[in-house]
Amino acid sequence: MPSNPTLLDDQPATGAPPSSPSATTIGDLEAGLDRLQSQGPPARRDLVRSLLPVAAVVALLCVWQILSWAGLKRSDLLPGPLTVAASLADAFADGTLQRAVATSLLRGVSGFAIAILIATPLALLLAQVRTLRAALGPLVSGLQVLPSVAWVPAAIIWFGLTDATVYFVVLMGATPSIVNGLLSGIDQIPPQYRSVGTVLGATRLQHTLLITLPAALPAYLGGLKQGWAFSWRSLMAAEIIAVGGSIGFGLGSMLQQGRDLSSMPLVMAAILAILVVGIVIELLVFSPLERRLLRRRGLLTQGAS
Amino acid sequence: MTTTTAPEAPSVLIENLAKAYPGGPTVLEGITTSIARGEFVCILGASGCGKSTLLNVLAQLEPPTTGAIEVPDDGAAFMFQEASLLPWLTARGNVELALRLRGVPARERRQAATELLHLVHLGEAGGKRPHQLSGGMRQRTALARALAQDRELLLMDEPFGALDAITRDLLHDELERVWKATGRTIVFVTHNVREAVRLGQRVLLLSSRPGRIVEQWQVTDSIRNDAAAAAALTRDITDRLRQEISHHA
Ligand SMILES: Nc1ncnc2c1ncn2[C@@H]1O[C@H](COP(=O)(O)OP(=O)(O)OP(=O)(O)O)[C@@H](O)[C@H]1O
Ligand SMILES: [Mg+2]
Repeated sequence: MPSNPTLLDDQPATGAPPSSPSATTIGDLEAGLDRLQSQGPPARRDLVRSLLPVAAVVALLCVWQILSWAGLKRSDLLPGPLTVAASLADAFADGTLQRAVATSLLRGVSGFAIAILIATPLALLLAQVRTLRAALGPLVSGLQVLPSVAWVPAAIIWFGLTDATVYFVVLMGATPSIVNGLLSGIDQIPPQYRSVGTVLGATRLQHTLLITLPAALPAYLGGLKQGWAFSWRSLMAAEIIAVGGSIGFGLGSMLQQGRDLSSMPLVMAAILAILVVGIVIELLVFSPLERRLLRRRGLLTQGAS
Repeated sequence: MTTTTAPEAPSVLIENLAKAYPGGPTVLEGITTSIARGEFVCILGASGCGKSTLLNVLAQLEPPTTGAIEVPDDGAAFMFQEASLLPWLTARGNVELALRLRGVPARERRQAATELLHLVHLGEAGGKRPHQLSGGMRQRTALARALAQDRELLLMDEPFGALDAITRDLLHDELERVWKATGRTIVFVTHNVREAVRLGQRVLLLSSRPGRIVEQWQVTDSIRNDAAAAAALTRDITDRLRQEISHHA
């Protein structure tokens, strides 16, 4: 037993060669080992990588402009990017664009927020009560597959042409995704974490708030992301179908207006606006959240975007 | 303080304990022993013999199938076999969580966590997350968290199994220091005979399938401090363990 010297505190049991005076303390030795074994700060992200998508968009715009110049279709059927840009500028100048974006975003975000408030406790409840999960689980998954446009006619019959119709459709679109995201997150929690909570003496509520929710957060965020996508799509569908009444003028309404006026530039302008809002939300909200979440847990390898 | 002659009530009592997982074979059978307050007991056994199962029963994470156990009322602190630090919390956050769940008021937690991290020589690394720590640092954080529970009984499931020899020796010294300083009862599971003799006052050997206590040894201070005697005891126990394993060949 070479590692069994007289057990004096603060004397290294091994490691120090006999020739060196016992100047190395446990602290020193450990600090050295720690320095060697832990990783430094992550490398900076490559600038070129973030410019690639921009380059792709520019290339697409060029192809589009060339196609419209080539005159394969009548220019009122295939307007070029410049025409569409002009139409966007018009809508911006008279304020309809801002109004439509603001109306749609406000609805989308508040509908989504309501969906989160409903879906989160529902998922936690389903995760806790086995019989309820068995009974409702397949239904929730089924609802996730059902295109939420299917709810529009029903909602119009129930709520008429009011904002309630729009909120209802958004809710039905987003809730199942959020519930399923959180549920699968909870299912994937390593049993070890549960044991940790139990051993540390967590109550049921503390278990849920301090162990279950944070542990399920990545999958929950995935569910939220998908839920937002469904919210936004459902919202557009609802706005296209349900126009008039007390319903405000959103991006979907703008799209429908373009169709009514047979104005292809307006239609394409509306499509672009819808797309851009989707991309901006993803880039400004979900992508940074996800990246931060994963990086903090060491799940994001350097260089992956 | 390291003598085993404790006249008071034992910390842990295990009586004729048997454990089988639902639908599985008997893992543990006829385990009877008592562990004195402040004693350091090592449990040795081949892989899969039921060491973790025994600790899980003692920690009341698993119910015993038959038999009875008696552990301190406030339960046990547990250091798990696998990495069990919560990845969304920093090292300090993990320690503070234990303090929080123990009911330590918010303003005292930070100070207490700092002291515990210093105790395991991790004062600098408190702000790092588990994935940024080395294996040894993670285990020390887990030790700090287990100490934060401030229970009289500390269960440790092969806590240093995956570490290199130098780190492990350091942690042995630290653990011994902490044990002497706090007077806790420690049940330490390992499959490393040297480790068991190095740390334990008493070494229990479990057989495999089913797991029973087949033999136990006292490691007195005089043995521990005498390299030759310790080596001889290690050889003895290793032989007995080999015999137990080849039994199943
Ligand atoms: N949750 C469980 N459900 C069913 N069987 C289990 C469970 N946990 C362990 N076992 C079985 O019980 C037996 C003992 O397992 P245990 O983990 O206690 O062994 P161990 O001595 O800790 O092994 P090791 O040294 O490899 O950690 C094994 O055969 C294992 O397959
Ligand atoms: Mg084990």
